[in-house]
Amino acid sequence: MQIAYYPGCTLKSSAQQYESSALAVLKALEIEPQEMKDWNCCGVVHALASDDIIHHVAPTRVFTQLQQQGSANVVTFCDMCYNSLAQANIFLKQEPQKCETINEFLESEHKYQGQIEILHLLPFLRDKVGFETLKKKVKHPLKGLRLFPYYGCKLLRPREIGIDDAEDPTILADLMHALGAEVIDDPLKIQCCGSHHVVDQQDIVVRQVEKIILRVQERGADAVVLSCPLCMFNFDSKQKQLLAPLPIFYFTQLICIALGLEKEALGLHYHRTNPLPLLQERQFLQVKQENML
Amino acid sequence: MTEQQNLPMITITLMGREHQVPAGLTIMTAIEHAGYKLVRGVGCRAGFCGACPTIFRKANDYKLYTALACQTLIEEGMNLVQIPFVPVSRKSYNLSEVEPSHNIVLRYYPEIARCVACNTCTRACPQNISVMDYIQAALRGDIARAAEISFDCIQCGICSTRCPADIKHYPVAQLVRRIYGTYILPRSSQLGKRVRELEKGLYQEEMATLTTMSLTDLRKLYEERTLEKVEFESKDQSALKELGTAQDPVDFQDDMQEYIEGVTN
Repeated sequence: MQIAYYPGCTLKSSAQQYESSALAVLKALEIEPQEMKDWNCCGVVHALASDDIIHHVAPTRVFTQLQQQGSANVVTFCDMCYNSLAQANIFLKQEPQKCETINEFLESEHKYQGQIEILHLLPFLRDKVGFETLKKKVKHPLKGLRLFPYYGCKLLRPREIGIDDAEDPTILADLMHALGAEVIDDPLKIQCCGSHHVVDQQDIVVRQVEKIILRVQERGADAVVLSCPLCMFNFDSKQKQLLAPLPIFYFTQLICIALGLEKEALGLHYHRTNPLPLLQERQFLQVKQENML
Repeated sequence: MTEQQNLPMITITLMGREHQVPAGLTIMTAIEHAGYKLVRGVGCRAGFCGACPTIFRKANDYKLYTALACQTLIEEGMNLVQIPFVPVSRKSYNLSEVEPSHNIVLRYYPEIARCVACNTCTRACPQNISVMDYIQAALRGDIARAAEISFDCIQCGICSTRCPADIKHYPVAQLVRRIYGTYILPRSSQLGKRVRELEKGLYQEEMATLTTMSLTDLRKLYEERTLEKVEFESKDQSALKELGTAQDPVDFQDDMQEYIEGVTN
């Protein structure tokens, strides 16, 4: 299966281990993601103000380019890109007049009318591949690994673009079960990580991260699994004051381990909270530490 | 001048004043024909130096167009002005300390993150460069792609006059190409070896032979030369492929020769 792939800036910079592990997983599932040529920024959350037409130009241009290259759908791994693109897509469908204004401004040959389907990798794996298919490919089940699936906000809200129940999502838990892991479920799974406050009010992020980590640790979690690069950055880098910080993983890294894919794809050297002691202790990695970091 | 007298006169507006000028002139020569002496906004007159950005409107057209004055012909009803200079502040940096990393361009030009992907810069570029694509490539740290796209930039600065995000484009392009040339472009080990050989005084005899050869024999020798294939970024690069294209210096010389002959005949 081939599918257009929109990476977004973060996967090329601070979330490189997410991209490498996700691409390795897709390769193992015989899916060929085709990275768009010369893609531009998703527009981040600027596009959320509905009267701010100019900031809707970035996502619209992505859709126009996709249309031009003949793609009916696109997969993105980043929660922020998914949220921005999916929300902009709905806006363009619901506001045909504003969509026309943007089309005229872009002067593109192909006018966009909201036909592109935007997919996050998680629902792509659930709906287009199937967790059952994935389960059949598991070579090293994550037996005994107790994981806390953390969702954050971008995958779930607003409801129109949410990939799962906004109050009680289970998609990550279902995926982790398919890989043979144990799941620690907690209402804090949908609490905010502190988001962009990490730029200028770090104490807010530290407070959120510590609250969530201490709670799930108490409940027996070995590690946190998530999909958002911003949540990853906040959780991975803001546990410094904790005595026993928890390793944080992208779900794709855990699929890589369960499927026995090449270790290079894991990108463990990008982590700020060392995940190696846990993985080695549980014998999920048979590699010496110095080779990994 | 006789040719010009046969051409129909057309009306253009220069800085708010109407002028009758012969059709077929470039914007630059039309300005001079109208009696102005250009001391700014003029340079090589051949589309290479980027000194003559101009903005204009056409009759019955809402758009503001941009171009190089030396490369664009005037049209009836054109309303134009020269931009003498585009202020584009450049950051100073020590290239040996600027290493390629994903956020290196943001460190020097953080305003590129303000790009809204409107693509106005691309539409304004007289060199047909996908300006926005190289800004976006620089934004995500893809130095090689940004350097590749921006290669033909002549730094006229028109892009930066049209940008709603106040991005200063060409210094960004300059920075990425410098990083690319310093850190990413593969070095030729053979070249260094050969330079050292030449410095030792080897090949003196061969050089003496070459200097006495006729142009025809030299050309034959050049065309029969053998070239080594180079593997770079999984692309098969070979100077052989460049033979007969604009990149081939010999054939470029041929073009020049044809041009000179055409002019003198």
